[in-house]
Amino acid sequence: MNLLAVLKQRQSVAYQSLLLGGTVALAASLLVVADRVTRAPIAQRHAEDMNASLAQVIPPTLHDNDLLANMLTLPDADGTAIPVYRALVAGQVRALAFQVTGRGYAGDIDVLLGLDTDGRILGARVLAHKETPGLGDKIEVAKADWILAFNGLSLGHPPPERWAVKKDGGDFDQFSGATITPRAVVKALKGGLDFFAANRALLIAPTTESEASGGHDDNAH
Amino acid sequence: MTTPTNRQPLIQWGRIARDGLWSNNVILGQLLALCPTLAVTGTATNGLGMGLATTAVLTVSNMLVAAIRHLIAPEVRIPVYIVLIATLVTLVDLGLNAYAHELHKVLGLFIALIVVNCAILGRAESFASKNTVLASAFDGLMMGLGFTLMLVVLGGMREIIGSGTLFAGASLLLGPAMGFLELHLIPDYRGFLVSILPPGGFLALGLLLAGKRVIDARIHAAQQRRTATTDPTTPA
Repeated sequence: MNLLAVLKQRQSVAYQSLLLGGTVALAASLLVVADRVTRAPIAQRHAEDMNASLAQVIPPTLHDNDLLANMLTLPDADGTAIPVYRALVAGQVRALAFQVTGRGYAGDIDVLLGLDTDGRILGARVLAHKETPGLGDKIEVAKADWILAFNGLSLGHPPPERWAVKKDGGDFDQFSGATITPRAVVKALKGGLDFFAANRALLIAPTTESEASGGHDDNAH
Repeated sequence: MTTPTNRQPLIQWGRIARDGLWSNNVILGQLLALCPTLAVTGTATNGLGMGLATTAVLTVSNMLVAAIRHLIAPEVRIPVYIVLIATLVTLVDLGLNAYAHELHKVLGLFIALIVVNCAILGRAESFASKNTVLASAFDGLMMGLGFTLMLVVLGGMREIIGSGTLFAGASLLLGPAMGFLELHLIPDYRGFLVSILPPGGFLALGLLLAGKRVIDARIHAAQQRRTATTDPTTPA
């Protein structure tokens, strides 16, 4: 069939249905192929991202293990499962990191929190947020030093009631024009410290490489 | 515009460029794509990122649509275009995420927004479906560059007024070598919040549109004066 004959059929419903169906089928198969091809590299990139973030909150001297491999999942106060990355030296937990989430001005703020075994903050880094650029984004370490002020603090230092922004009678600076964002981060970090305090025994229990690969999940229930 | 005929119409490069960059500019002329425009132009850098990502998708989608324009039945053209564009955007998103991850971290937000950019469907419908692949590619490029230009101007206006900086974060988008673009224009500036929030986007856009009308009116007046002076029957 030559092109002209095909073109004459364009008015027919059959041609149009086939065209539409064919386009969708082609698009779907392209997407399936692309998804399969890119799934492994994307997972790899995300693991690299996570490792890079973990490296910012857990110093390399505190672990000799692969942080992503020694993950433990514990339920928090609301029952949500929290993945906790543990830094081990010779099977002993030296530090841990997990993600806490605050309700910011424009959505969730995900913060990665690194703690030593005494519950002192080794570092905190914002992983993702939707706060106003130029105002709320000062919580990013790339934009301001604000988040570094938490290093070394713990639930007793300052005392729990002072874990708030200055406007609420606490110890932490808010930003001019943005109070909700830092308030959310402070609240999220305090929540993380509470979570650690409630689960400390489980979290810092000595582990071996074999049981670390998931055996602790049973303890969580 | 040209209608589909059997003979190849001459490509009017100059006219396509002028349309895309100024007279029929996506934002200033067609008033399309305002949702992503107002959403991302808090800074000039964000505008640039959105503009470049859109330019790439627009150029390729225009070429695709032009390539299959003779096969498309007019009655179902819109869903076909939409499926094509959405597929293309998703492929770009997956590809960048897997193989250009650093770029994706910066542009990822914008790529998802391109799907809802009606300017791309608009160009498929009003240009690519009636023109050759080459002309459509050029049209996509020019429309995209015009869009990018306006996003950068809009983002720059809002950023300078809103936070006193220009091209903040450019080194994240373009690499550390472009860090010199990041200017801190007003030291100790406390910021003007409205400019960065969505209402500021509407205000800045309104100023831009007014500016285009003023310039167009000046050009028009100048042209009329020129024709008047060259016309011997009218006194100068």
